[in-house]
Amino acid sequence: MIGKRIGAFLCHCGGNISDYVDEEKVRAAVEKESGVAVAKTFLFACSEASQEEMIRTIREEKLDGIVIASCSPKLHLDTFRAMARRSGINRYMYTQVNVREQCSWAHRHEREEATEKAIRLVRAGVAHSRLGVPLTDLRIETTPAALVVGAGVAGMRAALALSDMGIAVYLVEQAARVGGRVPAWGKMFPNDREGAEIVDTLLQAIRRRENITLFTGAEVVEKRGSVGDFSVKVRAADGTEEIALRVGAIVVATGFDPYLPAAGEFGYGAPGVVTLPEFRELLPAAEGKLRYRDREVRNIVYIYCVGSRQAAAKENPRPNLYCSRYCCTAAVHTALLAAGVDAGVNQYHLYRDMRTYGKNEILFEEAGRKGSVFLRYPDDAPPVVERPGGELLVRVRDVLLGGEEIGIPADLVVLVTGMAPRENANLVNVLKLPVGAGGFFNEIHPKLRPVETMIDGVFISGAAQGPKTLAESVASSLAAVSKGAALLLKGYVDLSPLVAKVDTEACAWCGECGNACPYDGAVERVRQGGKEVAYVHPALCKGCGGCVPVCPAEAVGLEGYTNDQVKAMIDALVREIV
Amino acid sequence: MAKAAPSAGNRPKILVFSTNTISDPGIDLAGSQHMSYSPSVKVISVPCSGGIHPNWVLYALEAGFDGVFIAADGGDCACLPDCTARTARIVERAQGLLKERGSDPRRVKMAAICSVCSEPFVSHMRQFTEALSKL
Repeated sequence: MIGKRIGAFLCHCGGNISDYVDEEKVRAAVEKESGVAVAKTFLFACSEASQEEMIRTIREEKLDGIVIASCSPKLHLDTFRAMARRSGINRYMYTQVNVREQCSWAHRHEREEATEKAIRLVRAGVAHSRLGVPLTDLRIETTPAALVVGAGVAGMRAALALSDMGIAVYLVEQAARVGGRVPAWGKMFPNDREGAEIVDTLLQAIRRRENITLFTGAEVVEKRGSVGDFSVKVRAADGTEEIALRVGAIVVATGFDPYLPAAGEFGYGAPGVVTLPEFRELLPAAEGKLRYRDREVRNIVYIYCVGSRQAAAKENPRPNLYCSRYCCTAAVHTALLAAGVDAGVNQYHLYRDMRTYGKNEILFEEAGRKGSVFLRYPDDAPPVVERPGGELLVRVRDVLLGGEEIGIPADLVVLVTGMAPRENANLVNVLKLPVGAGGFFNEIHPKLRPVETMIDGVFISGAAQGPKTLAESVASSLAAVSKGAALLLKGYVDLSPLVAKVDTEACAWCGECGNACPYDGAVERVRQGGKEVAYVHPALCKGCGGCVPVCPAEAVGLEGYTNDQVKAMIDALVREIV
Repeated sequence: MAKAAPSAGNRPKILVFSTNTISDPGIDLAGSQHMSYSPSVKVISVPCSGGIHPNWVLYALEAGFDGVFIAADGGDCACLPDCTARTARIVERAQGLLKERGSDPRRVKMAAICSVCSEPFVSHMRQFTEALSKL
């Protein structure tokens, strides 16, 4: 470390920093710092010309590491790491110091104090780079095959899209038949195609592909390895056969369960009270007249938001807080199908908020034209289903009539039920899938990384990650496909080397780091130098540092955030400025 | 004694342990929105608040910081499902170490700072600065 030559480059950001921080004073102070071979200022460090000059300086001064004091690392960490690499030094020997968002912009009226803070921050950056070590990304060769779990429409479409790109696919379905819940649904919005026909078309296409292997009545029972190179085992449901597969990526498309109302919830269980999926099963058989248990149906009352957007209550301690997205449009579409069977049927829709978003608004308008009546009920006063004298009566307060109570006699009450997370304990355990607040699988970020999970190489899609329409499910499964394919077609994956590392001299294996690590297989007990020590598998470690605070010997540290680096940064931040 | 606008040299020195993906963007946002807080606040960023060693907290206070603030990931943490509980344990351990050394455990504070929590961050810094001035 003593011999290390560090370059400190200070960015004015065209005044964004230099208007509030005396850059020349910072430069002069930093130049005197031990280990700093050169300190320079730039109008815009990120500009092409500045980068060229920095590269020249790095080479001329034979620097080992650099520090750039500029904006937040969120903006230019990758820019300058790439520049470091172009200059010939290791890209992890670069430290970015944030003197804009966390200094000049936050202390605009205290120039002297902001300048002093900038000096300390740059010093800490220098201390960090001085104790840095050159690191190499961990490169893993990828196996050009993918596992798709769940052969509903999302999973089947994913398999075909992967196959299109020349990736071998193992499509595993737990049920005996493919298609999931779609074949039973009948006509799908927005274009009235039969669910069974959609599934059949996909299945025919899959059968024609040589690079798709479909397993029905089978389950994934084991997963080992890491991104790019997983070994999985698939077992037939009857336990007769087990097959070992090697894949580079995994797409999970296991779908949802329809919400099942509790007995008595909006009258559920009484004759004439059915869920939306149950009502859909009655529709295809109906010709001319709708009949329920041999009785003609004249009045249908739909109650929306059953099982969605629930409030916490004593009898329901774990409510479904989310909106199920598909149900408003599905109910409106169902009403159109019912009106198509019998134009004279009376249909009343009791809703909280109508969410027929996008072009599904057309279906809503058409339902109104075909005679559907929409009544909005208040959040805190849901409709009540009663059976005075054996006949169904739904009482509702209509918000648009100032809360006036209306009683509607019904032949059929349809509970517009939402989507619930599927019971999938085995798969969650095998794949170590993160489960979110609503019980669905959790992505890393709903907008920025919507199909990726914390387990590299394992992607989630469709209604398994939250309620979706069919079109949205397919869009998300294709997003998972493009993420997975990008990984596999490249042929290799580079993993961040900023992971935990064990100082085997200091380690005396107590197992605390292994207990603290939530990632399967990342920490192992190995024998080395005549004793047992911990070993961190760099491809499985996520670099969170959860093992760091539990080590009694300070023997485990994260690359880039070692105990020594953090302490040296603290020293540099508090040391007097002379 | 006049207390108005003490210079940075007199204001309590606060070290913030922040996290790269969650609290750092929130602290950055405070700067982007030109909200101000004491320049004696300095930030060291780490991947996850569940990975902060209690010894670092102790080290910082012994080196000359007046307080350590842990800007925790809270429920947003993507890498540790029990991140909040872990971070709280780290704070407890650090406070225990301080007590053993006769130091005031109130010098360590923790609060969840999300990626858009600019206002909460600034108000935490103001309150912590005031609280430390009284110790």
